[in-house]
Amino acid sequence: MIFSKRIAVFVLRLLALGASISATAIMITSRETVDVLNMKFEAKYTNSPTFVYFVLMNAIASGYSLILLFFPAKSKFGHFILVLDFIMVLLLDSSISACLAIGQVAKKGNSHAGWLPICGQVHKFCDHAAIALVAGFVASILYFIIVLYSLHNVMNLFTLKN
Amino acid sequence: MASEGVDKLPEVGHEQVPVVRSKVVWLVPVLRLLAFFATLSATLVMALNKQTKTIVVATIGTVPIQATLTAKFQHTPAFVFFVIVNGNASLHNLLTLVVSFVCKKFDYKGLVPLTITVLDLMNVAFISGGVSAAAFMGQLGRDGNSHARWNKICDKFETYCNHGSGAIIASFIGLMLMTSISTISLVRLRNNYNRIVLNSSVGV
Repeated sequence: MIFSKRIAVFVLRLLALGASISATAIMITSRETVDVLNMKFEAKYTNSPTFVYFVLMNAIASGYSLILLFFPAKSKFGHFILVLDFIMVLLLDSSISACLAIGQVAKKGNSHAGWLPICGQVHKFCDHAAIALVAGFVASILYFIIVLYSLHNVMNLFTLKN
Repeated sequence: MASEGVDKLPEVGHEQVPVVRSKVVWLVPVLRLLAFFATLSATLVMALNKQTKTIVVATIGTVPIQATLTAKFQHTPAFVFFVIVNGNASLHNLLTLVVSFVCKKFDYKGLVPLTITVLDLMNVAFISGGVSAAAFMGQLGRDGNSHARWNKICDKFETYCNHGSGAIIASFIGLMLMTSISTISLVRLRNNYNRIVLNSSVGV
């Protein structure tokens, strides 16, 4: 009973690690250079501070998951790990939400502010970034499931006392 | 489950498992009251955020042609989401405040505190999403983005930008308060669960 719950959390953390690492990697490698009217447009993820924030948060979350996979179960760290999981959920959630807001402006524009959509010109960059955002969304959902699982069923998972 | 362990205990002797009733019972309701005020003010300030400006577009002869531009919060989907989420959170804070005053045996065992804690977690997640989206849209409006040829708008609509940033700051304060409430509730729930499980295993 205990071993199956431990395996479940391990699998969840592995999936969350995979999702956040893939979100980071896909966003970093998204880059496109377009020639329009003899001018070079280069679209990188560093052009927008929102995407830089997204990459940073996913890197932090994947580093955290990597450390926690190899962590031996100790009783006194259980509280701390639960709170850290919760903080990771907040960080990932805020990064994906901000990227979606900026991405919506990039795709549809904002006529009231005079901002034209740019996805028509750099559509490969837009698709690449959209895939990274999907991976980031999956990562944040998985982290939230980890927190809910810890709260509902196995709150002293790291003590393994019963 | 925790509730089954609690129901079996009165036969053994209720004083064997003291329920954790912390000495600082007033901490969470006070935090919730402050969080309610913070999220309510964020909702109201952003929802009433509007600025109209008349600028001269062109001059034909001696007659200036004026255009009236309005900046409203509905123009930006991120701000609409911000208002909705903060309204939701202030309603949640109000209702849980009322519940914690009405229900006297609110001592972190059973299903009701667990539901309230899970709802609290969800609302914290929503607020963090809303506040960060609004903050990054505000940064885009304040600085523009030269790579995408998006001009900044805050130099023309200063009052709109100032009110918006005030609402975002209030929501950040509400987010911090609600995070502390959730953390305290999680730790207390976990303490109670550990105490009940340990004591029931010792009793058996």
